Amino acid sequence: MRFKQLVTFIATASAVFAQPAATGISGAPAAGGDSFIIKGATVHPVSGADIQNGSVIVRNGKILGVGKNLAAPKDLKIIDGKGLHVYPGMIDAATEIGLVEISSVRETSDTTELGKFNPHLVALTAVNPESEHIPVTRFNGITSALTMPAGQLISGQVSLIHLDGWTTDEMGIKPRAGLHMRMPAIATPRGNFAFDSGDAPGGGGRNSFTEAKRNFDKEMAELNEFFESARRYMQLKAAQPAGFKPDLKLDAMIPVLEGKEPVLITAVREREIKDALAFADKQKLKIILLDAQEAWKVTKEIKEHNVPVVLGPMLSLPLNEDDPYDRQYTTPADLLKAGILFSIGTLEGNANLASRNLPFQAAQAVAFGLPHDEAIKAVTINAAQIWGVGDQIGTLEEGKWADLILTDGDPLEATTTVKQVFVKGKPSDMGNKQRQLYEKYINRPN
Amino acid sequence: MNRRTLLITLAAPVATPFLTKLAAQSAASGNDTVLIQNATILTITNGTVKGSILLQGGKIAAIGEKVLAPTGAKVIDGAGKFVMPGIIDCHSHIMAEAINEGSVSVSSMVGIEDVLNPEDIGIYRALAGGVTTANILHGSANSIGGKTIVMKMRWGKNAQAMKFEGAMPGIKFALGENPKRAGQAVAAGLAGAPTGARYPATRMGVEDVIREAFNDAKDYKAVWAAYNAKAAKGEIVIPPNRDLKLDALVEVLDGKRLVHAHCYRQDEILMLIHVADDYGFKIRTFQHVLEGYKVAKEIAAHGAGASTFADWWAYKLEAQDAIPWNAAILVKKGVLTSLNSDDAELMRHLDKEAAKTVKYGGLTETEALSLVTINPAKQLKIDNRVGSLEVGKDADVLLYDAHPLSNFSKVEKVWIDGHPYFDRDEDIANRTKKDLEKKALIQKASADQRGPGGRGGTATPPPTTPQEGSNQ
Repeated sequence: MRFKQLVTFIATASAVFAQPAATGISGAPAAGGDSFIIKGATVHPVSGADIQNGSVIVRNGKILGVGKNLAAPKDLKIIDGKGLHVYPGMIDAATEIGLVEISSVRETSDTTELGKFNPHLVALTAVNPESEHIPVTRFNGITSALTMPAGQLISGQVSLIHLDGWTTDEMGIKPRAGLHMRMPAIATPRGNFAFDSGDAPGGGGRNSFTEAKRNFDKEMAELNEFFESARRYMQLKAAQPAGFKPDLKLDAMIPVLEGKEPVLITAVREREIKDALAFADKQKLKIILLDAQEAWKVTKEIKEHNVPVVLGPMLSLPLNEDDPYDRQYTTPADLLKAGILFSIGTLEGNANLASRNLPFQAAQAVAFGLPHDEAIKAVTINAAQIWGVGDQIGTLEEGKWADLILTDGDPLEATTTVKQVFVKGKPSDMGNKQRQLYEKYINRPN
Repeated sequence: MNRRTLLITLAAPVATPFLTKLAAQSAASGNDTVLIQNATILTITNGTVKGSILLQGGKIAAIGEKVLAPTGAKVIDGAGKFVMPGIIDCHSHIMAEAINEGSVSVSSMVGIEDVLNPEDIGIYRALAGGVTTANILHGSANSIGGKTIVMKMRWGKNAQAMKFEGAMPGIKFALGENPKRAGQAVAAGLAGAPTGARYPATRMGVEDVIREAFNDAKDYKAVWAAYNAKAAKGEIVIPPNRDLKLDALVEVLDGKRLVHAHCYRQDEILMLIHVADDYGFKIRTFQHVLEGYKVAKEIAAHGAGASTFADWWAYKLEAQDAIPWNAAILVKKGVLTSLNSDDAELMRHLDKEAAKTVKYGGLTETEALSLVTINPAKQLKIDNRVGSLEVGKDADVLLYDAHPLSNFSKVEKVWIDGHPYFDRDEDIANRTKKDLEKKALIQKASADQRGPGGRGGTATPPPTTPQEGSNQ
C-alpha cells in the first residue's frame, strides 16, 4: 500500500522535521513543521462518514492518511485532538480578499481597472499578502479563497489563493482560475424605499427603460464583438502571418475560447442568467454563474447546461420587495434539489459580507432547509470542484493539501472557536491585529 | 407626483404593500390569550425556565413549570422549542423615507417621526428576524442631527399606532468622518451634500459646532426662563421667539431627550464626554462606538451605554481598529452594551450577531442575548416594559425552533403586545395566494395598457417594466 510505504518513509525521515510552533510570531507564516499526526479527534473528511476518535496524518504538507487507529512513527509530532474536531479548511468561492483593504479609501482598492475589457489582468498580481483581511478571515477557518477583479464587463482573471504564505507566489493555488465577466443588465429603477438600496449591479442609476435598454444593447454588442475579435485573433495567431503582432488582451482570451478556462459570469436576475446561458452557447464557453440570486427561477435551464453556481451571501435582503422574506435563505436548498453544483462566495470584503462570516452564510441555508452536510460541502469540496482543484483541496483525503482546521465544535456555528488552522500542513498564525488590540485593551488598568 | 408615488409607479404596476398587508391582517387577527407549553423559556433576567408562558391582555401573565390554560386560550406546544423576549434594535433606519437633513451642521429641528412609512417591507422582514422594537434614527451627516423615535414593529398598523407609547424621545449626534464629509472639498456634489463646503471639515470643528449649539441652547433656555418667571408673576411680557432647533437641545440639557451619538474613534468619544460634562448633560448611548473598547472606563464613568456591531470593520478608515471583541470588553468593563443593526439586512439576524460574542470574548449565553434584549431596552429606558420575559411586561415574545444563539435556529412566531405579528407557517401558506394575486394584477395592468389610450402594440415593453408618465 502506498500509504504504508509513506509511513515508513516518515519514520526514516523524521529526523529532519521542524517543530511547529503553536502559533507563529508577529504574523509570520510558520516555518517548516508541515508533518504531524492529529490523534483522538472527531474527523470530518467530508468525502466520507465522520470518524470518531480518528486520526489525520500529514506529511510534507500533504494528507497521508485519515482514519481510525492509524499506525504512525513514534517520533512524528502528535497533536492531541481529544474533544476537538477536524474539518477541511473552508473555501470562499468569490471574494475581493487581498485586493481591497478599506472599501471607502480608494487608494486601498485594486479591483477595478479602467476599460471595459481587461481579460489579461490577473488578480494575484495585486493581492497584498500582508492584508489584515487574511489573518482575520483565516481565524474563522477559511483557508483559501477565490479573489477577483470586478466592476467592468470583463474585469480580469480571478485567482484561487491560499490564505497564508510569505508571497503571492506562495499563496497562489491557481492564479488564472477563470475570467470574470459581468452580464449586461437592463437596470431600471426599483421600488425600494430603503435609503441605501442600490440599483441592479452594473446599472446606470435611475434611468428610464428606454435608456437602460439602449445601454444593454450597446454592451451586448460590444461583448459579442470583443469575443469575435478574440476568435479572429486566435485564428490569426495560429496562422502566424508575416507581421503578426501579439496582443495581450486577446491572447488572454484564447484559453477561454478553447474552453480550457471557465468564465465566471456575474448574472443576478433571471434575465441575466438566461442571457449568460445563451451567451455561453453562442460563444461555446465553459461558464460559472456568480451571484445568481434568481437562479431558483432558472434551475431547469442551469441544470440542462450543467453550469455550476457560486451564490452570493445568504444573509442578504430579497431582491424584490414582494419576494418571500426568506428568499435568499432557501436558494441553496432549491439548487440542491435541482442537482446543481453550488458553492458560496461572500463577494466584497466589506462589512457584514466579510469573508470571515462565510460559514454563517452556509448555516443560514441550513436553518432554512439545506442538509447540514451539503452546507459543509458548499464551503469546501464544492468550491474546490467548481474552481477545478477538487483533487487538491476541499476534503480530508490522501494526497490532498493538508488544509485543515481544528475546532471545538461545528464550524458553521458562530459560537465555535477554531483552535488551529493548517495551510499546506503548516500551522497558521492564529493572531491578527484585532486580537492584538483585544489583548492590549482588555488589560488596560481600570 | 411625490417620491413614493413615483417609485411605486416606476417599480411595477403591482402594489406590493397591498399584498403584504393582507398577510399582516391575518396574522394580527389571532387570539389574544396564548399559552406556550413545554418550551425552554429564556427569560434573560431570571434564568431559564422549562415550562409555560402565558400571554394575556397584551402582557406576560405567567411564567412557570406549570401554568393552567385559561378558557379560550390558544395553546401552543413548545416542546423542543425556545421562547425569548422580542429583539430590540437600538439603531435602525427602516421606515424612514429621508435620513439626513444634510444642508446644515445642526439639524435638531427635524424629526424622523415626520417621514415614517408604515408599509416599508423592512418592518415585516425585521419581524421575521425577531425584532419587535427599533430605535429609528436620523442619519449621521450632521454633528447634531435630527430627532429620533422608538417604534414597535406593529406591521399593518399606521405609523402613529406603531410608536412605542411613552418611550423617551431621542436625538442623533454624529462625530468623525460623516459630519465632516460635507466640509471636505471631495464631498462636493455627493448626494445630500451641498456643492460648497459646509463647516466643519475636521473633528476639531465637530466639537466646535456642538459647543456653539449648546451655548445658543443655554442662552435660549435662560431667555425663556426669564420670560416664564415674569409671566408667572403676572407681568405682561412679550414671549421670546420659539426656536425649534434649540427647543430640542434644551430638552437634552433638561434630560428629557436621550442623546444617541454616532462615533468611531476613541478621541472623539472622549471629546463628546468632555463636552457633555461641561454643559451638564448626559450621552445616553454611543452608537457604533467601534473603538469603545479603548475607552470603556471613561464611557462607564460617564454612565453612557454603547451600542455597537458584532464584527463590522474595514468599510472606512475610522472603522479600521474595530475588533469583534468590542462588545465583550465593554460588557466586562461595566458598560451597558447592545448590538444594533443600522441596516435592514443585519437587523434580520441580530440574534446570530449576539452569538458571535460567545466566541469573541467568551460572554455567557445570557450576556450575549442581553445585548439584543434587556440592554438596548435599558439604553432606551423602556426596560420597565420590554427586554425580558417577566410577569407584567409587554407580551413581546419570540418562539424559535432551536436555541436562538444557534446559527441553525429560526424564528417561528412573533407576538407584540400579545398579538401575533409574524407566523412562519402562515407566511408560507399565504405565498401561493399572493403569487396568484400578483399574476392577476399584472394581467389586469397589462390589459389596461393595451386598451384605448394605452401605449399599445407588441412593441410595448413587458408589464413589469416602468412606463414613465403612467401614474395609476
